[in-house]
Amino acid sequence: MAAASLSGLIAGRRRIGLLVLAGLALGCLLLAIVAIGQGAIAIAPGRVTEILWARLANDTPLLEGRDALVVLNIRLPRVLLGLLVGAGLAVSGALMQGLFRNPLADPGLVGVSAGAGLAAAATIVLGDRFLTGTLMKLPFAVLPFGAFCGGLISTLALYLIATRGGRTSVATMLLAGVALGALSGALTGLLAFVSDDKQLRDLTFWSLGSLGGASWSKLSAVAPIILPLLLTMPLLARGLNGLMLGEAEAYHLGIPVQRIKALAILLVALAVGASVASAGLIGFVGIVVPHLIRLSVGPDHRLLLPLSALGGAILLVAADIAARLIVAPAELPIGIVTAAIGAPFFLWLLLRRAGGSLDV
Amino acid sequence: MPGKPAPTIAVRTRKLGRRALSATIGLALLTGIGSGWPWFGPVQAQGSDKIVVAGGVITEVLYALGLRDRIVGVDSTSQFPPEALKDKPNIGYVRALSAEGVLSLKPSLIMLIDGAGPPDAVSLLIESGVRIARIADGLTPEGVATKIAAIGAAVGAAKPAAGLAAQTTARFGELAGLRAKLPAKKRVLFVLSLQSGRALVGGRNSSADAIITLAGGTNVASDIEGYKPMTDEAIIAAAPDLVLMMRNSSAHNTTPDELFALPSFSQTPAAAGKRLVHMDGLYLLGFGPRTPFAARDLMAAIYPEVTIPQLKTASTP
Repeated sequence: MAAASLSGLIAGRRRIGLLVLAGLALGCLLLAIVAIGQGAIAIAPGRVTEILWARLANDTPLLEGRDALVVLNIRLPRVLLGLLVGAGLAVSGALMQGLFRNPLADPGLVGVSAGAGLAAAATIVLGDRFLTGTLMKLPFAVLPFGAFCGGLISTLALYLIATRGGRTSVATMLLAGVALGALSGALTGLLAFVSDDKQLRDLTFWSLGSLGGASWSKLSAVAPIILPLLLTMPLLARGLNGLMLGEAEAYHLGIPVQRIKALAILLVALAVGASVASAGLIGFVGIVVPHLIRLSVGPDHRLLLPLSALGGAILLVAADIAARLIVAPAELPIGIVTAAIGAPFFLWLLLRRAGGSLDV
Repeated sequence: MPGKPAPTIAVRTRKLGRRALSATIGLALLTGIGSGWPWFGPVQAQGSDKIVVAGGVITEVLYALGLRDRIVGVDSTSQFPPEALKDKPNIGYVRALSAEGVLSLKPSLIMLIDGAGPPDAVSLLIESGVRIARIADGLTPEGVATKIAAIGAAVGAAKPAAGLAAQTTARFGELAGLRAKLPAKKRVLFVLSLQSGRALVGGRNSSADAIITLAGGTNVASDIEGYKPMTDEAIIAAAPDLVLMMRNSSAHNTTPDELFALPSFSQTPAAAGKRLVHMDGLYLLGFGPRTPFAARDLMAAIYPEVTIPQLKTASTP
């Protein structure tokens, strides 16, 4: 695609894009409000706003009691975690697809998910044996931390494998990611094999993902890791647009290709690692949301990245509302719901387009 | 699990905020001195307690103690008595609880069996200030008695629970008598599932292993830890006299013809007499008040040539 026609395309689509951006932002806000109001415990909307207002005004008498506990300590952190993780995963997906110039790339390809999954499995299965004393009392501080480190380590390994003489080959990285993913998968399988009945079930539920158990302390650990990715988006957008022309061309346009690659991979590794650590493995969001957005507003990353963030946040928060309402007072794993909500919509969008092309 | 220290109930009251916490601990210390316990004395429940249960065996004991009306929610493993899941809201699988879901039932007491989780849902429940009683699981006669006593203590029904525990212990004693009279031990293989011919069997430290031992059999899969797949050759080498499976209430049960048509099972002594026994899963592996009866029934199934009497202390559970 020539540069001239690309910028023409971008200009034509910008207006639609800005409209979609405003619409999604509004939808996201409304959905978040609905999500704070809905749950197994029925709390009137008036009471919810009252509690939220009391928290802002630090009006302590109103903050006592079960309703306040549920709204402030269970639902609010849960919705915020959903927004953050959804946005983080979707932006990571968009970044990876742009970076690898491959519509099938997802955050899992840089090895974060597999590495984090392996580390989490190791914590669940071997934790009882090797963690003693005070560490044993914090099993759920150890698991997220382990998962996060696992994700970072495997991403770092991949980056080092793919970097020769200061140049990172995205093709090598893609292939090595597949290999490391397979290796991590096999080792996770080995851990599942040596695990006992209880650990196996824990492993299964963890790997389906859940926003349950969100808390302020969890949120305060995750937010500083995912937010930088969301805030750095605008800086990366132009570079990724340039990369669509090819690496050499981008380089000659004056885009610091290597720096952008390294930064994007680092941010994705951090954000996905934090997501996996706090909410388990939630597939689908990272690979499909950017496609949805691209199908509707085109490939300009200046729009694609923020819209993906909003789209991912909306999908995850909507899925979470469904997850905790459908079988209340029990709860469905969120991975099941994201796929159930997102996949039919995605297929419908594909079929509506003649030929159903997925080209970037 | 066998060999674990005696189960304890940690009934904790905790409010939000550190000041409230230290105040609570101070108060607990004061009341604790009175009850002879340092911090976590078993709190006597009120007759109006609204209990949410996570753990089938706890539900079973509460029903046996006649406390069904106090239960406001049960987890999906609470399958005995069967009406429990029909009458009470289902809070989901014991390892995948939802904090808000549990709290939506407005409990004043939450009873959790060992392994209930996930941990962060449990910590949110603790934060909510609702009383929590954790019940340790146990796969031995002593473990079962301690479990029943702990459940009773947590709901303020220590006396009837002690009665039930003593009765259960007596039944286990009677069972031991029956076991002593058995001829040479028979070899039993517990098959948890049979996926396209691949057997997932119950090894040592599993509830299946414990019940086979109680019933006077030898678990042939004791080289394996927990529930694991077993190879075809290993099954042949293990030479079980009997294959034990759980009865599947809704779907298809493996028939002896199907099982012993598999090459691995066709070569075992069990195949000669087509010895496949199905038993209800919770009855067999629940380790509650019904366990002595389950072990007796299993014993009767393993040794059909021996007349195994019903347990005498058997007022029907």
